[in-house]
Amino acid sequence: MSNGVFAIVAFAFAVAFAAVSQLIPNEYFFTAAYTVLQFVILATAWNILGGYTGYVNFGSAAFFAIGAYSTVVLYNAFKAPLPVMIVAGTLVAGLAGLGLGYLTLRLRGVFFAIASLALSVVLFTFIVNWDFVGGARGAYVLQPREVPFGLPRYIHLLYIVMVLQAAVSLIVARTIEKSTIGRGLAAIRDDELAAECSGVPTLRLKIFSTMVSCALMGMAGTTFPYYLSFIEPSSAFSLTYAVNSIAMPLIGGMMSWVGPLIGALLLGSVQQLVQVMFSLGAWNLLIVGVLLVSFVTLAPNGIMGWVEAWRRRRGSR
Amino acid sequence: MSNAILEVSGVIKRFGGFTALDGVDFVVQAGERVGLIGPNGSGKSTLVNCIAGTLRNEEGSIRFEGRDIHTYPAHRRIHLGLARSFQIPKPFGSMSVLDNLCVPLLYAAKGKGSRSVADEAHHILRQVGLDEKAHAMSGGLTQVDMRKLELARAMAAKPRLLISDEAMAGLSTSEVDDILELLMGLKAQGVAVIMIEHVMRAVMKFSERIAVLVAGRKIADGDPKTIVGNVEVVKAYLGE
Repeated sequence: MSNGVFAIVAFAFAVAFAAVSQLIPNEYFFTAAYTVLQFVILATAWNILGGYTGYVNFGSAAFFAIGAYSTVVLYNAFKAPLPVMIVAGTLVAGLAGLGLGYLTLRLRGVFFAIASLALSVVLFTFIVNWDFVGGARGAYVLQPREVPFGLPRYIHLLYIVMVLQAAVSLIVARTIEKSTIGRGLAAIRDDELAAECSGVPTLRLKIFSTMVSCALMGMAGTTFPYYLSFIEPSSAFSLTYAVNSIAMPLIGGMMSWVGPLIGALLLGSVQQLVQVMFSLGAWNLLIVGVLLVSFVTLAPNGIMGWVEAWRRRRGSR
Repeated sequence: MSNAILEVSGVIKRFGGFTALDGVDFVVQAGERVGLIGPNGSGKSTLVNCIAGTLRNEEGSIRFEGRDIHTYPAHRRIHLGLARSFQIPKPFGSMSVLDNLCVPLLYAAKGKGSRSVADEAHHILRQVGLDEKAHAMSGGLTQVDMRKLELARAMAAKPRLLISDEAMAGLSTSEVDDILELLMGLKAQGVAVIMIEHVMRAVMKFSERIAVLVAGRKIADGDPKTIVGNVEVVKAYLGE
């Protein structure tokens, strides 16, 4: 399927899905789905750098928080409209990714991972001490009383925004994956030196993929303050985001755009179930850990890798 | 004016206190086949790395077709037409053999040649005898096939100078002949080749000229027959 066709299909599907699901009477569906979709975006975004390019980013939460706090700044300063906040948060996170990439991607492998973690800590400290966005106290970002498009509640709108953002992320990820850039990124992941000696401008491509990856993570965070109506540093920089955005692609499969989607839907839904049905929210990270260990030992290439191997076995029989 | 494609002059490369290359001068004419030999640790691979851009030399200049390239990153040098193969094969393990060739074809050889990327890749694979394995995963190839793939990938960049870094180490006689034939064939396409090799039979058969590197210095450079008789060279290899 060509990129254009895929984009149209994905968007049409997203719109149809968002529209049909409005019929669901249970209000909680939207709250839960919002969180799952948030992870679809984060996992897809992480995979552009982590899966396609082979650079592990431990700082997902930082970029998510950049998106969220861009919204807080625009809310406190201008009460800017939501679309402006989404675009601004995405751009700021993308710029931060560009900076991180430029400063650290000359180093290989593990150094980048450590730098991404360090960035997270630095930003956390910065936000905690920045009074304008509420500092450690946190800040209220109130949902508007008027909900546009005749939707019953604001969460319905946020949910629709999230569905569309997820579609955008998947389209971006797939387009990159199928393009010449995607092939260059895969070459970098397999062997960076050989890639450079095959004419791939490795530094430029790495910075590009970091920027896109981080921008999408930021985008995922832009509506978060509205979702909670209140935001504080420890929720925006939560370990959950960093861990989940690594675990979900790992479990789903990192070689294509489908893996993170499957991983996020699966793990995200399981986490919601555990939280609601059994009131065991605190166990969520434990579940992620156990699943992660099982997958790394039993299916190191994730669900998609397992499916791929099964298909190949059947084909060769 | 000379017809030199590569002019290396006064190149010095140090690793900490160790001087790996100590003022090396080295010239390759367009379309020439040059053998580069020397004992282990003499700086052959370091010289290749400096020419290809995977290492930066501290002093001296490297000119490719008259242009000083010693500040260029490796990927820019290969765009200009300077390709290399690696001593230890570095296949893109998650890709098929065919896709391995698509990387240089899409990046380094962009705009060179009229065939489609897939056709060109198959054409090169036929030349090296890997066409039947085009869709096999490159990570699972045998050593010989990996060497062939390594050369094929360098050829896919459409170079005017190809540096082959020990493509034949550990191969059998007939396999060496296969690869020799392949490298000889490049001459017909006007590609200059620098061959680094320990297999002397191959070097003697292949080279129009041989340069000898010992302890970071070039001690001899000339036609193969005189090189073999050169007292310094014999001393470097066999001792006194």
